[in-house]
Amino acid sequence: MNDMRPLERIVDSDTIKIAARGVQVHYGETQAIKDVDVDIEDHTVTAFIGPSGCGKSTFLRCLNRMNDTIDTCRVRGSITLDGEDIYDKSVDPVQLRAKVGMVFQKPNPFPKSIYDNVAYGPRIHGLARNKAELDGIVERSLRRGAIWDEVKDRLDAPGTGLSGGQQQRLCIARAIATEPEVLLMDEPCSALDPIATSQVEELIDELRTSYSVVIVTHSMQQAARVSQKTAFFHLGALVEFGETGQIFTNPQDPRTESYITGKIG
Amino acid sequence: MTDTSLDPGFSSPRRTTDLVAASLRRRRRKQSRLKWIGIAAISIAFLMLFLLVASMVRTGWQAFTETNITLDVYIDPAEVPLERLPRGGFDDVLAASLGQMLPGVDMDDRATARAVGGILSNGAQFDLRDRVVADPSLIGQTITLTVPVSDPYDQLNKGLIKRETPETNRRVKDAQIAWFDRLQAEGAITKPFNIGLFTDADSRFPELAGLKGALIGSFWVLITCFVIAFPLGIGAAIYLEEFAPKNKMSDFVEVNINNLAAVPSVVFGLLALAVFIGWFGMPRSAPFVGGLTLALMTMPTIIIATRNALKAVPPSIREAALGLGASKQQMVFQHVLPLAMPGILTGTIIGLAQALGETAPLLLIGMNASITSAASSPFDSSTALPTQILIWADSPERGFVSLTSAAILVLLGFLIIMNGIAIFLRQKFERRW
Amino acid sequence: MTGLAFLLLIIATIAGYLLNRIAARTVRDRGERLHSMTSYHGLFSALMVLVPVLTAILLWLVLQGPVIDAITMGNLPPGALEGLGQGGTQLVLAEIKSISLGQIFGTPEDWKLAAAEHYTALKATAGWMLVIVVALLSLAIIAFARSKVTAAFRARQGVEKIVNGLMIFCSVVAILTTVGIVISLSYETLRFFEKVPLTEFLFGTNWEPQIPLREDQIAAEGAFGWLPVILGTIVITVVALVVAVPVGLFSAIYLNEFAPPRLRSVIKPMLEILAGVPTVVYGFFAILVIAPAIRSFGQSIGIDVAPNTALAAGGVMGIMLIPFISSFTDDALSAVPRALRDGALGLGSTRGEMMTTVLFPAALPGIVGGVLLAVSRAIGETMIVVMAAGLIAKMTINPLDSVTTVTVQIVTLLIGDTSFDNPKTLAAFALGMMLFLVTLMINILALRIVRKYREAYD
Repeated sequence: MNDMRPLERIVDSDTIKIAARGVQVHYGETQAIKDVDVDIEDHTVTAFIGPSGCGKSTFLRCLNRMNDTIDTCRVRGSITLDGEDIYDKSVDPVQLRAKVGMVFQKPNPFPKSIYDNVAYGPRIHGLARNKAELDGIVERSLRRGAIWDEVKDRLDAPGTGLSGGQQQRLCIARAIATEPEVLLMDEPCSALDPIATSQVEELIDELRTSYSVVIVTHSMQQAARVSQKTAFFHLGALVEFGETGQIFTNPQDPRTESYITGKIG
Repeated sequence: MTDTSLDPGFSSPRRTTDLVAASLRRRRRKQSRLKWIGIAAISIAFLMLFLLVASMVRTGWQAFTETNITLDVYIDPAEVPLERLPRGGFDDVLAASLGQMLPGVDMDDRATARAVGGILSNGAQFDLRDRVVADPSLIGQTITLTVPVSDPYDQLNKGLIKRETPETNRRVKDAQIAWFDRLQAEGAITKPFNIGLFTDADSRFPELAGLKGALIGSFWVLITCFVIAFPLGIGAAIYLEEFAPKNKMSDFVEVNINNLAAVPSVVFGLLALAVFIGWFGMPRSAPFVGGLTLALMTMPTIIIATRNALKAVPPSIREAALGLGASKQQMVFQHVLPLAMPGILTGTIIGLAQALGETAPLLLIGMNASITSAASSPFDSSTALPTQILIWADSPERGFVSLTSAAILVLLGFLIIMNGIAIFLRQKFERRW
Repeated sequence: MTGLAFLLLIIATIAGYLLNRIAARTVRDRGERLHSMTSYHGLFSALMVLVPVLTAILLWLVLQGPVIDAITMGNLPPGALEGLGQGGTQLVLAEIKSISLGQIFGTPEDWKLAAAEHYTALKATAGWMLVIVVALLSLAIIAFARSKVTAAFRARQGVEKIVNGLMIFCSVVAILTTVGIVISLSYETLRFFEKVPLTEFLFGTNWEPQIPLREDQIAAEGAFGWLPVILGTIVITVVALVVAVPVGLFSAIYLNEFAPPRLRSVIKPMLEILAGVPTVVYGFFAILVIAPAIRSFGQSIGIDVAPNTALAAGGVMGIMLIPFISSFTDDALSAVPRALRDGALGLGSTRGEMMTTVLFPAALPGIVGGVLLAVSRAIGETMIVVMAAGLIAKMTINPLDSVTTVTVQIVTLLIGDTSFDNPKTLAAFALGMMLFLVTLMINILALRIVRKYREAYD
């Protein structure tokens, strides 16, 4: 369409993992999300950006039905995971959340040991047949969370005693210990310092090889650094969705352009 | 499933989904078990609450009625000579008039006559005496008198003594039941509302005992408690919240007040007994001393409520007042305190409701003495509602069981009213800043 | 006379207010600029009168009784009190007082009648002296305050200083209460330990607080070992906790996580009703309903049950503690940050698993603090056990047996007895001291745990 060169991005696959159609979310009387259609691909990092209060986190929480825990929240429209409607009556949110893991804005390790934090998911879901298997899962998850070397000598220490960046990587390790297929990240770096942020960002890039990752961020640089696809939300609506390079260099919608150039936000 | 062979011990997504699906039913069952245990626990608590109230109502409602008998009494000058007043054979006069209503009963037999006289309450002769003393011209005339029956007949009339019970296990014998039935057939027996429950003081006889002394005693106790605890509590709270420098001393006072709120009430009773009565020589059994003791117990409650109410007033109001040139005291007393008042009153009423039900300290200062007249000042000996309940609960006569329950219902009624007022105040004046 | 004194005080206060206010107005009307508003001048005088005179009246009333008693007894004819102990002396005094009120029983000795007359005269004199003192003091202060009224006088600062002092006094009352408890208990306890050795009290296994009424009585020696009493207290407390902790915990778990909000808003205040029922009502409930029920159940399965078992008293105490435990647990669970709930749910745990594996362990310190406070309540609870537990101290841990508690003993030892000179009544204070210390330690520990826990999540 235009002559700007798209940023070089490797897109491994274009299989669609999650498809959302006409999603609307209401909190009581107020509408938080208006008619959002979006496709999230496998082995891809998709970033949701937009000014605060635009509904990007709310939409993210629809993808593993975390909004169910808020009494006044109602979700309409359809969201399918591998072609299966996740809001279907037959779908148990517990099972869904085992498949679609989540990492939160503030690191939230349980007040338990590092080992018990990572083993939490496998234990409740009964993924390990014995102690050795569980040890294996914990070690592998901590390695993939890029924190193994820092904690391998103190697995019995409380997870709350780690630094902020370590806590967040522990939470990522905890989320991937259940072997989810999709990993949702709600502003995972907003509470972290720049060094911890870059560590987590590197990790996200690696995770793409195994999972479909969706990340909500208020930092456009972060979206540009880690994602292949970007969706721009504004006032509860999805304004523009496309290749990250295209969104940042050649936005189609004037509102996206205003946001990227810093006029709204 | 196939992937596991490649990487033993590490679950693949496929396997995760299957394992989770397989475990779901068991986990859902576990969750609903937890939920049902919770529902069962709450049901137990409510069952106990229901049982408590129901048992008090079941045994207590009977005490709100009394059994009276209406008699035509001929005041025989031979038994009650004018010159011997206020003494005289009033009980014989009453028994004789009962004998008139029961023709065929051998009133010449002393034992029978006494048994017939026993239908009436012991208080009946004093009622009659008071009327005759007030108007001696009644001697020689026949007057109509309505008096309570004695406790066993009252119980019989209320169905608390069962006619089916074998005679040997019954306090009222068959012959006595026959008398009573005859009186009832003649329409002499009535069962009105028991006004005496509120207008009579305590008595050894359940049919004569009432709550007047206890109600007045509790009234004086609460007034004393309020007059002392309210200003002291508010003063202390305002100082601690608004003026006290934050240092070790104010921390110490803070800890002190929190601990004081949790000191067992019987310890306050010991304090009152040793200091107020032992050292200061204050009178025993006096509502004033009771109120003073309860004031010390209620103060921490009022302090804590007042501090919370003061904290809830937003800083903007304080800043506005100070900005207009008010001194800090003017700001607190003219602007902050009025806004905090509903919260303070709510806390005070709740504290007073607790004080109303408090028993142990009053017990130690002797407010459980059997006192048959109502106190006319807070320095007279008196009982209070909760101690009266204890006295009646310890009394052996059957009639006191339902009186105790009735007194408890009255006490609970007052507590409901006080807490109702507190809730009303809170809802009416609660502000969301 | 006391009433007259208070009336004088009120009049003096109002007079002081009006006088100074009018004086300040006159100054203002002369055209001078007042430093403080006229009402502050009035308030200054009123407070200057009210505070010292009220203090004087109260002090007078407190001291008057003992002083008059001492003078009366001091003026008795020599030898009248010879051979009488403290109790006997008090009886004589009580008789003199009742004679002075006109209640004469029998034919008292002449010296008693004379003493009664003396006593009445002293009381009348004291009353008049109080009125005179109040009147003179008020007048002097009003005159002093009036002399202060000038344009430059900082009446507002004066008032604020007095009000500040009053508020500090109010705060000090809270400390004085604690000090009063500690001093009175320690004093009587020390006197008790003069008569009974500390080691016997702490380690003795016999509690028979009867004392000989006459010198020649041999039957009752009196034994003051508190172990069986504290053991009984522990048995009843354990029974109460066995009832209250599970019921309270599971109620709170249901209310916190599973109950629909509307149901929760109904159930919570209804549970609080249980906490507001006076303990004397629970005591009667225990003897009217629970104890007979336990007894007849025991008989139906062939066990002989005592009429006043630890089970009945403890069980009813447990009912009383249910709302206490449940509201503490509910608060502790609500204080766990939402992030931890989300974290657990996000990993796919059911709400039940989230509760048992994350929320409950995280809230445990707060819950433990609440349970400790409940323990302290149970130990100090009096009326339920006075009505439903036994009087005889036994070394037993059988909840079907009748046991006694510290509070029951305090009450039974003190009812109807005022003389503090025998080990029987003093023993009550020693028990009270132990009760105060034990509950104080538990309370401090519990409050510390709860506070630490709140800080951890703030």
